[in-house]
Amino acid sequence: MSKILSVVLISLLSACASKTIQPTSGTGTEGSSVATAPPAAAAKTAAINPLNDPNNILSKRSVYFNLDSFVVKDEYKSLVSSHANYLRENATAKVLLQGSADERGSREYNLALGQRRADSVKKAMTLSGTKEAQIEAVSLGEEKPRGTDHNETSWAENRRTDIRYQGE
Amino acid sequence: MQIYRPQFVFYVVIILLWLIGTPLHAALNIEIFGGGATQIPIAIAPFSSEEKLKQSLTTVVAADLQRSGLFKLIDSSGLRVGDLREITYTDWSSRGANVLVTGGITMLTNGQVEVQFSLIDLAKQTLLISDTEVVPAEQLRATAHRIADKIYETLTGDVGVFSTRIAYVAKNENKYALQVADADGFNAQSVIEYTEPIISPAWSPDGAQLAYVSFENKKPVIYVQTLATRARKVISNFKGSNSAPAWSPDGKKLAVVLSIKGGSQIFLINADGGALQRLGQSSGIDTEPSFSPDGRSIIFTSDRGGSPQIYRMPVTGDVSTVAERLTFEGSYNVSPQYSYDGKSFTFIHRNGENFNVAVQNLDTRQVQLLTDSRSDESPSFAPNNRIILYATRIKGKGVLASVPSSGKITAEFFLQVMGDIREPTWGPLRK
Repeated sequence: MSKILSVVLISLLSACASKTIQPTSGTGTEGSSVATAPPAAAAKTAAINPLNDPNNILSKRSVYFNLDSFVVKDEYKSLVSSHANYLRENATAKVLLQGSADERGSREYNLALGQRRADSVKKAMTLSGTKEAQIEAVSLGEEKPRGTDHNETSWAENRRTDIRYQGE
Repeated sequence: MQIYRPQFVFYVVIILLWLIGTPLHAALNIEIFGGGATQIPIAIAPFSSEEKLKQSLTTVVAADLQRSGLFKLIDSSGLRVGDLREITYTDWSSRGANVLVTGGITMLTNGQVEVQFSLIDLAKQTLLISDTEVVPAEQLRATAHRIADKIYETLTGDVGVFSTRIAYVAKNENKYALQVADADGFNAQSVIEYTEPIISPAWSPDGAQLAYVSFENKKPVIYVQTLATRARKVISNFKGSNSAPAWSPDGKKLAVVLSIKGGSQIFLINADGGALQRLGQSSGIDTEPSFSPDGRSIIFTSDRGGSPQIYRMPVTGDVSTVAERLTFEGSYNVSPQYSYDGKSFTFIHRNGENFNVAVQNLDTRQVQLLTDSRSDESPSFAPNNRIILYATRIKGKGVLASVPSSGKITAEFFLQVMGDIREPTWGPLRK
């Protein structure tokens, strides 16, 4: 099942990125990745999705960290626990936690630092009772910066974990 | 093959040996030009009829030799060589040259070019090597690299690396291209281009495949791509992050970094993607593995001691919970890569606010800083261990650079490649 979804997803990605040169073959996946797919409930209701409602804390998706820190700060605890509650109440929902790091130093080491930030949000969620199977913690390292300047303001913006629901 | 040993260099070696009290018979094992403190003065005369070519051969040969750090180029302007028998040796030696490269090209009818070159010992007035090649005009750069290799090998007794290839990632606008180019950065070709980041390319030991990490699926996943067919395969897409691929010397396995068991930890996986085996276990980050040439150990970056440092652990059937710490200078040492002879490793050392390329000898533990730039990354050895390729930043843009690994010649050389360049890695010798 997940393999099929992965293949579908990769086809979709390929279609979207038609301007780029695509790999010529061999896009099969293996391992135990959580496959992502378009939300099945997209056409179900016109009611505002709490995940996208600007008045709902669930629309807030970024947890920021201090320099060299992986501790979820107090100001983000209600955000993280709200998402943990949502996941508990919606057993089919899944999240991808994408950790990031600032650009200074080795790319691979920064990938590991971003992983630590994703893992600490994951831990906060599982301690709140969310099932581990609903969460995948990954890292984007320094590769997908939100702040693109080379200064402390940008670096602070890039020390974070983003919460993405399946299909987003 | 004759090894070129000018007398004054010999005296320097004798004095050094006397200073360090090494018995004289060890002199034979000392690589005379390896120190880099002395360079071979070489004159490269423009090849006759070279002006008919779009690409000057001698420029390519000169740039290759200069990047090795072992040669000093002697100005050849105003001096030409017609026939070998007409060389006025004193004209060249009075400019300080010890050896002379001369040659000529002949345009053949079918788009082919005949290239002839000679290498002459000016002191002994003897011909060291001479060779002729016939090649299509569009392959003249490759010919120039082969000539540079032959000159290098004749004069140093070491293997030449100018015909090898490098891989790196070029970012242009919002597009990422994994590219393969000649060792001097020319003839760049994209292996894959994508709108999402690509990092950590790693050459298979036979040079036929590249492993790399792509973010095309919202997370890091490891692919192996065959250069000749462009066919690619996911070899590691476990739950969590998959990164930092490093080939074992026999090409059968890769060390990879996975977060599947929590944290970032080093595992072994077959090159076709099967048989996952945990290699190390720590409470900290373990990443950036690099195999020793004998395949028996791995050096890697770990923050198990509080700051990122370089460690070594054995590759056995068991999980290693302990590792030997190798770096102690400073609070940030990352990105280790073993040398091909297994005697040293190169890495990035944070030096105040700067990130610089360094080399550490594994026996003496002595560290040498090779650069004084602001922000270097991804150092890797040439297959003969003489040159280190890395990326650095100039005016906010990533560029390719190389530096002789001896540390005694500090000259950096920048390779001309389009785009914002990162993650370079030097490929193996071509079989």
